[in-house]
Amino acid sequence: MNVLGQQLVNGLFIGGMYSLFAVGYTLVFGVLDILNLAHAAVFTMGGLAALWLVQSAGLSIWAAFPLATLLAGVLGLLVNQVAFVPLRRRPDTYFSGLISSIAMAIIFEALAMQIFGAHNVRFPAGTVPVVIWRLGGITITLLQVEILATVVLLMVTLTQLLKRARIGKAIRAVAENQRAARLLGINVDGVIAFTFFLSSALGGAAGILFGLYFDSLSPDMGRPIELKGLAVIVLGGMGSVPGAILGGLAFGLSEVLTVAISGTSNLRDAVAFTMLFAIMLLRPSGILGKGRTREA
Amino acid sequence: MDLITHLYAVYGSVLNFMGINALLALSLYVTLSSGLLSLGNAAFAGIGGYVAGILTTKLGAPYLVSLGAGTLAAGLAGMLLGLPVLRLRGVFLAMATLAFGEVVRIAALNLEITGGAMGLIGLPVKTNTWIIYLALAAAAYLVARMARSRLGWALTSIREDETAAAAMGVNLTLTKTIAFTLGAGLAGLAGALYAHLNFLITPGEFGFSVAVNLLMYNIVGGYRVWYGPLLGAALLTALPELLRALGVTAGPLRLGINGLILLLVILFLPKGLADLFHRRGDPATAPAQAAPAKG
Repeated sequence: MNVLGQQLVNGLFIGGMYSLFAVGYTLVFGVLDILNLAHAAVFTMGGLAALWLVQSAGLSIWAAFPLATLLAGVLGLLVNQVAFVPLRRRPDTYFSGLISSIAMAIIFEALAMQIFGAHNVRFPAGTVPVVIWRLGGITITLLQVEILATVVLLMVTLTQLLKRARIGKAIRAVAENQRAARLLGINVDGVIAFTFFLSSALGGAAGILFGLYFDSLSPDMGRPIELKGLAVIVLGGMGSVPGAILGGLAFGLSEVLTVAISGTSNLRDAVAFTMLFAIMLLRPSGILGKGRTREA
Repeated sequence: MDLITHLYAVYGSVLNFMGINALLALSLYVTLSSGLLSLGNAAFAGIGGYVAGILTTKLGAPYLVSLGAGTLAAGLAGMLLGLPVLRLRGVFLAMATLAFGEVVRIAALNLEITGGAMGLIGLPVKTNTWIIYLALAAAAYLVARMARSRLGWALTSIREDETAAAAMGVNLTLTKTIAFTLGAGLAGLAGALYAHLNFLITPGEFGFSVAVNLLMYNIVGGYRVWYGPLLGAALLTALPELLRALGVTAGPLRLGINGLILLLVILFLPKGLADLFHRRGDPATAPAQAAPAKG
């Protein structure tokens, strides 16, 4: 029973990070109806930037985290400007946007390889103090608590921002109808750029947490999560922020439980992707998607 | 003659991969030509490869029979998948086929008959450069002929405007299913050829990144004429070798240049490389040029 409990707790932490990653992914989709396939590369760059700040600049993780998150956001602006803005007026912007964002991802990965080498790197020991609690046979570390707290904080901030702040309302307006938003005097291009900033900052934050949690970073660490992130946002309903949060948790739990029950890591993704396939057949709009309408 | 033998010894495998990738790109072109974005063609290639490989190794089937069976099996899988998923549009279809692809990959990873993570081992090497390019030529001829046929025009009309196509009397479901099945069958053929090229196949060779590569070949080459995907596949497959020949050997630099070239093609050649050969108006592409930008 404790083994299962432990797995549930682990799944919760991993799922939280998936949620964070997927929320950024789904935000851009909700506003623009396009997939930004450079999101996973920005996730990697966020993690590696934080590592550089801790290791080479000697900052504490508390200072490195916001700085690297901001940097990831700036990379998002760059992705938007280079890979998406020039294509916006083209009839096939959907296909070509996929490829141009992949091109950006490849360039980021090459940069990361150039700077950090192709091997795995890790945060120096003691970046986050190792504190372990045992609650009724379930082990929880300080790091896990901090990760969950960070995820929850960022999610709550984002949700409130979208709901109450002026820019959040503008984002929802642009997601609903770009032309109408423009007629209402909203700076649509600015809102789109800000959405990319927000999305990529969240992705970068997820990368930092991931690197801390698994104690390993590498230029290609974004690859496995890219596909999982896609699965999560479909599961939750494309473009839905609460859906992506729930989807991430569901995905993390299913992954951990599948391994625990089957005893083999080869089956880790089986349940999740079979579920995804079934959802696409039965309810393509996802768990929280509302038909073909979108929400930000 | 010596030079040719030497070049073949050095670049023969690149040549083979260019052919196989071109065939795979062509398979996705068939699907894309009706506006359907499939990320499942890598999995169809996997189905073709594994079916052919299992027939050859476990049942001792002749090479050509295995190729045929792989093609048919993938085509059948395409038809069966197409029936439920083809009512999905755009990115939803892409996601459904992506999930299908992952399920196929995970199945290959866990089944006994496919050899699990180690892959299917001990395949006889039967495929050679001639056979690959013969298959490619036949497939390209078929696809090029199709573009001028009733079916080809029906596909183009669906790509450009589904509602208008339906109003003109095009049977949407039937036409889309045919395109999807043909694409899957071609991918299966490419997979079956590939299975007999290198002694073994593994699940990872038919994953998400391959599906994305196929899309890349089509976009870079241009997906509005049949030779676009061939150009894209040839260039992108040969690019690492070309860069090596130019003295760019370092890993990150080569990767970066790869990405940069991809970006430049997308930004400055909207209709792909095929456009370079294709400046004069071609009736097959004329409606595309006139299509208004979707707001």
